[in-house]
Amino acid sequence: MKLIIAIIRPDRLNDVLEALYRAEVRGLTVSRVMGHGGETERVENYRGTTVKMGLQEKVRLEIGVSEPFVKITVQAILASARTGSVGDGKVFVVDVEQVHRIRTGERDEAAVTPPIPEPV
Amino acid sequence: MTLPALLLLVQDAPAPTVVPADTAWMLVATALVLLMTPALGFFYGGLVRSKNSLNTIMMSYVALGIVGILWALGAYSLAFSDGGPLIGTLTNALLAGVGVEAKGTIPHVLFMAYQGTFAIITAALISGAIVERMRFGPYIAFIALWGILVYAPVAHWVWGGGWLGKLGVLDFAGGTVVHINAGVSALVAAAVLGARKDYGRQAILPHNVPFVLLGAGLLWFGWFGFNGGSALAANASAATAFTNTFLAPMATMVVWALLDAIRTRHVTAVGGATGIVVGLVAITPAAGFVSPVGAILLGAIAAFPSYFMIVWRSRTRLDDSLDVFAGHGIGGLSGALLTGVFALKAWGGTDGVIGGNPAQLGIQAIGAGASFVYAGVMTFVILKALGLVMQLRSETRAEGVGMDVTEHGEEAYTSGEGSILVIPSESAPMQVPAGSGLPATATR
Repeated sequence: MKLIIAIIRPDRLNDVLEALYRAEVRGLTVSRVMGHGGETERVENYRGTTVKMGLQEKVRLEIGVSEPFVKITVQAILASARTGSVGDGKVFVVDVEQVHRIRTGERDEAAVTPPIPEPV
Repeated sequence: MTLPALLLLVQDAPAPTVVPADTAWMLVATALVLLMTPALGFFYGGLVRSKNSLNTIMMSYVALGIVGILWALGAYSLAFSDGGPLIGTLTNALLAGVGVEAKGTIPHVLFMAYQGTFAIITAALISGAIVERMRFGPYIAFIALWGILVYAPVAHWVWGGGWLGKLGVLDFAGGTVVHINAGVSALVAAAVLGARKDYGRQAILPHNVPFVLLGAGLLWFGWFGFNGGSALAANASAATAFTNTFLAPMATMVVWALLDAIRTRHVTAVGGATGIVVGLVAITPAAGFVSPVGAILLGAIAAFPSYFMIVWRSRTRLDDSLDVFAGHGIGGLSGALLTGVFALKAWGGTDGVIGGNPAQLGIQAIGAGASFVYAGVMTFVILKALGLVMQLRSETRAEGVGMDVTEHGEEAYTSGEGSILVIPSESAPMQVPAGSGLPATATR
C-alpha cells in the first residue's frame, strides 16, 4: 500500500489522466501547485517591470494504490507526463501506514480498492 | 438611403455641405463602432482557455493598430475613391484630399474614420477561427494583407461605386462586405492552419463566460453605431436601422434559447450571447431596408441555420474554434438573402420578395456568392504565401503551454507568487576590467 505523489506539467494532465484511466487506476486527487524543477526561468514583462517567474504552475496528483498497482501507476505517469525537457516533474512513492475509507470504514487494501459503482 | 445611392446623389449635387446634425451622429457612431473591436476581444477572449486569453483579446486589439493605420495609408483609397468596378485608385492614399469638406453631408475625414472602424472589426472577426494556435507575427501579417487585398476591394464592390453596388445589391451596413467576407475567410483560415492539438481529444471549454456575455452586450451597443451610422446621416433611415438593430437580435436570442432548451434542456449563457451576435449579423445588411416586423421575422429565421451549423461543425474535424463561419458566414448569408425577401421600398430599400420583386433575391445571392468566392480564394492564397516565408502555427509544446506566455511573455491571471524582480542594471553581466584577477564576467 503506497501513496504515489506525482508533480507534473499542467498541460500534460489530460494525457496522464487518460493513461491512468487506461491502466485502470481509479481514485485520485489533483491539485494545482506552484513549484520549481530547475527549468530555465521564464521572463515576463509588465510595462517597466521585468520579472523572472521563479515558480512554475504544476499539477500534483495523489493516488493511494495497493502493491500490485504501484508499478503500473508509476509507469503510466512516466510514459504520459514526459516531454523530455527540464521541468517534467517527479513521481514520489511513499509508504502508507493506514488508509481508511470514510464512507464504509474499510481499512488499508480494501480502502484503496475502487468500489464497484452504485447503479445510478 | 443606401450608400451607393447617396454617392450618386453627391455626384449630382454640385456643392455638398456639411450638416451639423449628421456630423454629430456620425461622430458618436464612429466611436460606437470602434468599441465593437474591444468588445469582440472580450467575446472571443472569454470563449478560449485562460492560457490563451490575452493572445485572443490582443488579436482583436492589434487590428485597431495595424488595420486602422493601413486603412488611413491606402486601403481607404482603394475602397472608396472613384475607380473601376473592381477597385478604387490611390488618389486618396496617405489621406490626400481627405479634408473637412463634405462627403455626403459629413466631413470627409469623419467618413474615412467611420469606414475605418468597419475594416478593423472585419479583420479582427477572422481571428476567432485560428485562436489558440496561430503565431502572433504571422497573424498580424495576415490581417494587414487581408485588409488591403480582401476588405478594400469587396468594400469597393458594394459601397465604393463598384460592380455589386451598381448591380443593385442591398447591403445596408455590411452583411456581405463585413460578415460573409470575414466568415468565409475564417473558414478557410481554420482549414489552412489545421485543428488545435487538443481539438476533438479533450474538452476545450470557455474560461470566462461572463466575459462572453459582457462582450456580446458591448457588441450590441456598438452595433447601433454600425447599423444606425450606416445611414451616414441623422435621419429616418438611421432610425429604422437603429430600431431594427434593437429588435432583430431579440428575436434571434429568443429562438436560440428555445432551440437550446429543446436540444439540451437548458437555456445556456454562451448560447444567449451567441444568439445576440448572430441576430446582429443577420440584420446588418437589412437594417435600413426592412420594416421592424420584418426585422423580427428576419432575426427569428436567421437563428436556425447558424444554430445547426454550430452543432454540426463541432462534430467535424474542422476547428473553426469560435464558430466564426457559423456566426458570421452563415449569419451573414442568411441576412443577405433574407434582405432580398423582406426589403421594402416604403422602408428605404428596393422591394424584395414580399414587395413583389423576387429578382432581388437573385441579386442578393450574386453579391453573397461573389464575396464568398473571392474572400475564400484570397484568404487561401495569402495564408499559403505567408506560409512560404514564415511558420504560421506555433510549436505543439508552445500550444500546450499557452499562447499568452509563449507569444506575449505575459499571463492573464498571475498572482506574482515566486516571481523575481529583475533590476535592469543588475541583470546584465558586469564588465570586469582585464587583469583585475576576476573572471571575465561576473554577476553582481
